[in-house]
Amino acid sequence: MLALHLNPVLASIFSLIAISALVLAFVMLGSRWLKDYMLAFAAQSWLIAILSALVGYAGGYTELYFVALLTALFRGLVLPLMLLWILNRLHVNRELHEIVRPSTAMVMGAALVIFAVVVAYRIGEAVHIETRTVILALTVMLSIKLIGFLMLAIRREAISSILGILLLENGVFLGSQILVPGMPLMIELVLLFDLLVAVTCFAVLVRYLLSAVGATGSQALQKLVG
Amino acid sequence: MDTSALIVVLLAAPLFAVVWSLLVRRLMGWANLLASLVCLPVSIALLAGADRPRQFFDRLLYLDRLGAWVLLCTAVVYLLSSMFALDYMRHGEDTGRLPNFYALFALFAWTMFAAPMANMVGVYWIGIELTTLVSTFLVGYERSAESMEAAWKYIIIVSGGISIALLGTVLLYWGGTFVLGPTYTLDWGTLDAIAPRMPTALLQMGFLLSLVGYGVKVGLAPMHTWLPDAHSEAPAPVSAMLSGALLNCAMLGIVRFLAATDAAGHGAWPHRVLIALGMASLILGALFILRQRGVKRLMAYSSVEHMGVVALGFGFGGVLGVFGALYHMLNHSLNKTALFIGAGSAVHRFGSHDMTRMRALPRTMPGFAWLWLAGAVAITGAPPFGLFRSELAVLLAGLQDSGTRWAAVLFLLLLIVIFVGFLNHFRIMFTRATPAMPTGPLPGVLAWLPMLLAVAALLVFGLWWPPLFSRWFGQIAHALGATS
Repeated sequence: MLALHLNPVLASIFSLIAISALVLAFVMLGSRWLKDYMLAFAAQSWLIAILSALVGYAGGYTELYFVALLTALFRGLVLPLMLLWILNRLHVNRELHEIVRPSTAMVMGAALVIFAVVVAYRIGEAVHIETRTVILALTVMLSIKLIGFLMLAIRREAISSILGILLLENGVFLGSQILVPGMPLMIELVLLFDLLVAVTCFAVLVRYLLSAVGATGSQALQKLVG
Repeated sequence: MDTSALIVVLLAAPLFAVVWSLLVRRLMGWANLLASLVCLPVSIALLAGADRPRQFFDRLLYLDRLGAWVLLCTAVVYLLSSMFALDYMRHGEDTGRLPNFYALFALFAWTMFAAPMANMVGVYWIGIELTTLVSTFLVGYERSAESMEAAWKYIIIVSGGISIALLGTVLLYWGGTFVLGPTYTLDWGTLDAIAPRMPTALLQMGFLLSLVGYGVKVGLAPMHTWLPDAHSEAPAPVSAMLSGALLNCAMLGIVRFLAATDAAGHGAWPHRVLIALGMASLILGALFILRQRGVKRLMAYSSVEHMGVVALGFGFGGVLGVFGALYHMLNHSLNKTALFIGAGSAVHRFGSHDMTRMRALPRTMPGFAWLWLAGAVAITGAPPFGLFRSELAVLLAGLQDSGTRWAAVLFLLLLIVIFVGFLNHFRIMFTRATPAMPTGPLPGVLAWLPMLLAVAALLVFGLWWPPLFSRWFGQIAHALGATS
C-alpha cells in the first residue's frame, strides 16, 4: 500500500496534516462559539482536500485531484456557508447550555485520543504494519470519530449536533485517504453528494424545529420518553 | 420479461408516483397505490427468478434470493400502507401539503427498493443513509412539536450511528487491499471471497462496527432510542413502512456481514454478539411493552422486540434459524402493518395517542376492533398465525445447540411476558366502559381492506408453510453457509 512506500518528506507532510486535523477537532471541542466550530470544520475540510491531492500525486491516483477539488468546494466552502446561513437565521452565537465545560471536554477528548492510540497500535500489530504514517492515520481517524461523538453527547445546540455529525464523517474521510486511496471514485463522489443532501435536510429541519418547538437546543426536546 | 427489465420496472414505478405527485398534484394517493400494485407482482417475479446471485447494470445492482426476499417484504408493506394512506391522510387538516407527502412516501419506498439491491458495500451504505434522509421528513410531516422532536432525534441518532458502519466499511476495504491490491471494487460477492484471506483483526473490527452501525438502523437495543419516537410520531402509514420494511433493509446488511465472517471461519463469536443484541432487544421490548401508554409506542417497542427475534434467528444460525428468521421477516412485515393500521385508525377515532383514552373498542370501533385484536394476538406469537411458526422455528434452532440453549429458554420466557403484557393492553381497551362515545371518524374501506388482507395472509401462513418458501429459504441458508 501507498503509505508504506512514501518518501520521508511526503510522509512528514501527511503526518503534519493528520495532526493538524486532530488539533482542529480540539479547537471545536474547546470553544463555546458556534462560528469557531464552523471555521474549524472548514479548515479541517481544506486540510483533507490538500491531503487528497497529495495522496493523488504520491500514488498516481489522478481521480483524487477531482475528489480534492470537490472536497474543498463542498466541505470547505458550500457546507460552511450553509451553516453560516443557518447560524444567521437562528440568532444564536454560542453554546448556552453546556453540559461540561470546554476545559473538561478537552481533557475527555485527550483521554479518547489515548484510547485511539492504543487501538491503532493494536490494529497495526495485528496486520503487521507498524509504519508511523499508518498508525497515525488510524489514530487520527478513530480520535476524530470519538471526539465527534463526544461533541454530540455534550453539546446541545442544533448546529453543534450537525457539526458533530460532519466531524464524524471528516474523520473517516481523512483516514480513508491515507489507508485506502484506491477506494472507488464513485463512492467518494456520492458520499460528498450525500453529505450535501444531509445538510440541506438539517437546514430545513432546524427551521421547522424553530417554528414548532421554539428552540434550537436539544434541551427542549424532552417530550418523548418511555 | 428478463430480470433487468423487471428491476427497471420496480425502480421506475415509485419514481413515477413521485413525479406524478409533484407535477399533477391530483389523485396522488391513487398514483402511489398504482405504483405499489405494480411493485408487488414484480418483486414476486424477481424473487422467483433469483435462482443464483447476479449483477446488473454494469455491476451496480446485485440480486440474490435473500435480497429479493427483503424486496418482497418491502413491496408487501408498500402496497398495504399505500391503501391505508388513502384512508388515513384524508383526515388531515392541511391538504395543501399532501402532494409532498405522497411524493416523499413513494420516494421512501424507492430508496427501500434500491438499497437492498446495491452491489457495492459502500453504495449500500449510501442507500441506507438515503432512506433516513427521506423518511426524516415523513416522520416530521405533522410538524407538531413532538413530531419535530422525533424527526430531529431520528436523523441525528441514525446518521451518527450509520457513520460507524462507514468506518467499518473502510476497515473492510483496507483489509481487502492486503488480498487484492490497492484498487478494487468491494461488492458483496467480493467480500465473501476475500474475507477468509484478509487480516483477522480488520474483518473482526469491520464486522463489529458494521453490526453496531446498521444495528442502530435496525433498532437493536441499546441502539434503538430513535425508534419509538419516530414510529409513534410519524403518520401511521409511514410508521408501518418504517417498521415493516425499513428495519428489514438494514437487517439485510448485518446478515451479509455475518455471512462474510462465517465464510472466513470465524466460528461462533459473531453469532454470539448478534444473539446478545437480539436478547437485549427482547428484554428491553418486553419491559417497555408492559408499561406503555402510547398506542403507537407500544407497536414501536414491539418492533424492537421482533427485530430481536430476527437477530436471534440469524444468530442461532443453522438451517432452522435462517428459515425462522426469514419467515419472521415477512410475517412481522404483514403483522406490523396491520397493527399500525389499527393504531392509526384508533388514534383518529379517539383523537389521542393515549391508550387510557381508548375504551370499549367493540362498541366504539365495531367490527374493526376484532380484526385489530386478531393482529395483536398474532404479534404475540400465538397460534394459529404465521408468527407462531416462525418464532417456533427460531426457538428450536436455539435449543439445538447446547451453547445457545440458555438464550432459547430466556427467549421463551420473554415471549410469555410479552404475550401477557401486550394483550393486557388490549383486554383493558376492549372491556373498560367508555365515558362518552368518541367523535372521530371510523375507519373506511381502505383501512378495512389492507387490514383484512394482512390478517388473512398471516392466518394462511400460520396454517400452511408454503413449500416454495422452504425451497427458497433452503437456497438462502445454503448461500449464507448455514449447515445442519
